[in-house]
Amino acid sequence: MAFAAFGSSPAKEHKSSTKSSKIVLALLLPGLVYLGLFFFTPLMSLVITSLEVPAASYAPGAYEYGFAWENYVEAFTTYLPQILRSFFYATVATVIALLISYPLAYFIGVKLRPRPMLQRLMLVLVIAPFFISFLLRTIAWKQIFSDGGAIMQTVYSLGLMDRSQHFLGTDAAVIFGLTYNFIPFMTLPLFTTLERFDVRLLEAGSDLYASPARVFRKVTLPLSMPGIISGTLLVFIPIAGDYVNAGQNFLGSSKTTMIGNVVEFTFLQNQNYPLASSLSVMLMAVIVALIGLYVRSSGTEDLL
Amino acid sequence: MAIDFTPTGADLELKNVRKDFPGFTALEDMDLHIPAGEFFALLGPSGCGKTTTLRIVAGLEEPTAGQVLIGGKDVTASKPHERPVNTVFQSYALFPHMTILENVAFGLRQRKIDEPLKKAMDALNLVELGYAAERRPQQLSGGQQQRVALARALVNRPALLLLDEPLGALDLKLRRQMQIELKAIQMEVGLTFLHVTHDQEEAMDMADTVAVMNKGHIEQMGAPEALYERPKTAFVSKFLGQSNLFVGSIAESNKESLSIEVGGHKITVPKNRAEKHTGKICIGVRPEKTTFHRTAPKLGSDHVVVGPGEIIDIRFTGVSNQYLIAIPNVGDVTVFAQNVGISPVIELGEKVWVSWKVEHSFGLSDLPAGNEDE
Repeated sequence: MAFAAFGSSPAKEHKSSTKSSKIVLALLLPGLVYLGLFFFTPLMSLVITSLEVPAASYAPGAYEYGFAWENYVEAFTTYLPQILRSFFYATVATVIALLISYPLAYFIGVKLRPRPMLQRLMLVLVIAPFFISFLLRTIAWKQIFSDGGAIMQTVYSLGLMDRSQHFLGTDAAVIFGLTYNFIPFMTLPLFTTLERFDVRLLEAGSDLYASPARVFRKVTLPLSMPGIISGTLLVFIPIAGDYVNAGQNFLGSSKTTMIGNVVEFTFLQNQNYPLASSLSVMLMAVIVALIGLYVRSSGTEDLL
Repeated sequence: MAIDFTPTGADLELKNVRKDFPGFTALEDMDLHIPAGEFFALLGPSGCGKTTTLRIVAGLEEPTAGQVLIGGKDVTASKPHERPVNTVFQSYALFPHMTILENVAFGLRQRKIDEPLKKAMDALNLVELGYAAERRPQQLSGGQQQRVALARALVNRPALLLLDEPLGALDLKLRRQMQIELKAIQMEVGLTFLHVTHDQEEAMDMADTVAVMNKGHIEQMGAPEALYERPKTAFVSKFLGQSNLFVGSIAESNKESLSIEVGGHKITVPKNRAEKHTGKICIGVRPEKTTFHRTAPKLGSDHVVVGPGEIIDIRFTGVSNQYLIAIPNVGDVTVFAQNVGISPVIELGEKVWVSWKVEHSFGLSDLPAGNEDE
């Protein structure tokens, strides 16, 4: 049989000339300059600040150059509960956002495909909350969940909670706010992935003896991984550093302080810049490490 | 899972299967029986319901009414993954996130069959793609992907293999080669193949039985030779090859034959080759069965002669020349002449007569479109 005749020919290697690499460099230059000025320089400044020592004058907010790595030890030991809480909140809120967003994105991206008008309308609805300020919406939730509000009054009168208990200021309230505020960042990347999903693969899977549940696990889910990865990253990272929802003026209380609140407090109130900086550097390092592990273990190299 | 896998193919039976979509009926009370081990082709133009039939057999579409039986067992209510059926999809539908080997092993893994990878490798070797086992579908050419799709279906040894225009996307040369391969594999594994295609050559070349479909029903079914030699409807006579058709009322009838009169010519068909023996009928003849003459031929009653007419078009196709002859009051007649180098050299505009043997005429059960209401 002559099947071998159809074997693939070796891929031709693409040679980029020196000229084109110069053009590429020129095109990259503005971006590199931007990154250098507005990312690398402040980052270095942050790292340097995190190692500073109090100035000889001991005036509030006055620090001088040093190498006080103890700042990190202090930040870590003092604020470990807040650090752990931040990652706990971020994990729970990300999982809930994924569980809510996935069916929604699947519905919009796959089921509504034959009806593009409805599809676009649904997408607008997903983005619509962004038209109103993040702070205003969070304050609105505070009103809605206040003890005198309709929801809590119903809960109290049904006896589900004692009148001495409150919803605001609890872990649940903060996680609710975080999930609500970041859900569109999960839905949109999932939608862009699922929008391109070839539904004929579902038929192929069921034709090959896989039940609908197994088709989902073996075909749909692996092919949605790029959207799941980018969605979880887009949600997890800002939540880990968020300081609005957990703030006492919003949905939180003194028991829900996150690392973002600590940084805000140490920086603006205590003017302890080295401590605030070392907390920020630590938060960044932990997030980078977690993401590295996550992207690696989810095996997205194949999909990206 | 309790899927009953027969070592060889099983027979397929459709009983009064009907499929309504909003606004139109895709299938009208279809009855079909395909014996085990047969290579069966459903042939028809796009929109005739052939793909709907296949999807109903696969369980991907639910019939509005009727029953589907595979190996005598009613599977009408079964889900696709519960049927002992595999499909080679037109789009191939290979899983892009898996290697070729894992694609082929998918069905075996779902059924928890021992040594899925070894069996998948054997199937890949059968289609001569063992060397590409670790590649991804995107890295293969269309023809290679088609063979992977075939291996992925065959490896499960389904009672019934469904082929949904699997060769449609391939170029002519590769398509002809895959047809030969497919037929060879079918003979080797002895499975029942249900092949859906709009390519009449492909259907006649590969299938034991061909069913020609039109507008949601089967027009005619039979062995390729029988269908070609004795088309029973105008649609089949035109869809399966070409035909010259003549419509007229019966002018003469005796024990053996019927004649109609068209534009002053007598066109005769043997009674045993005519579907209809009364009223207005349509008689046809294949272009390659006809010959033309430069002078009025003196032939007996065992020949039909029409003419004279004028040659208005000549096409050279390689193996034969195709002549279009306009005969006054009769219409245009096509004649194929084998390109054997001894046929008369003839020019556009020349006056010729056309003849054929009466035994090559066939009488249709219906009239070609445009003649029904007269």
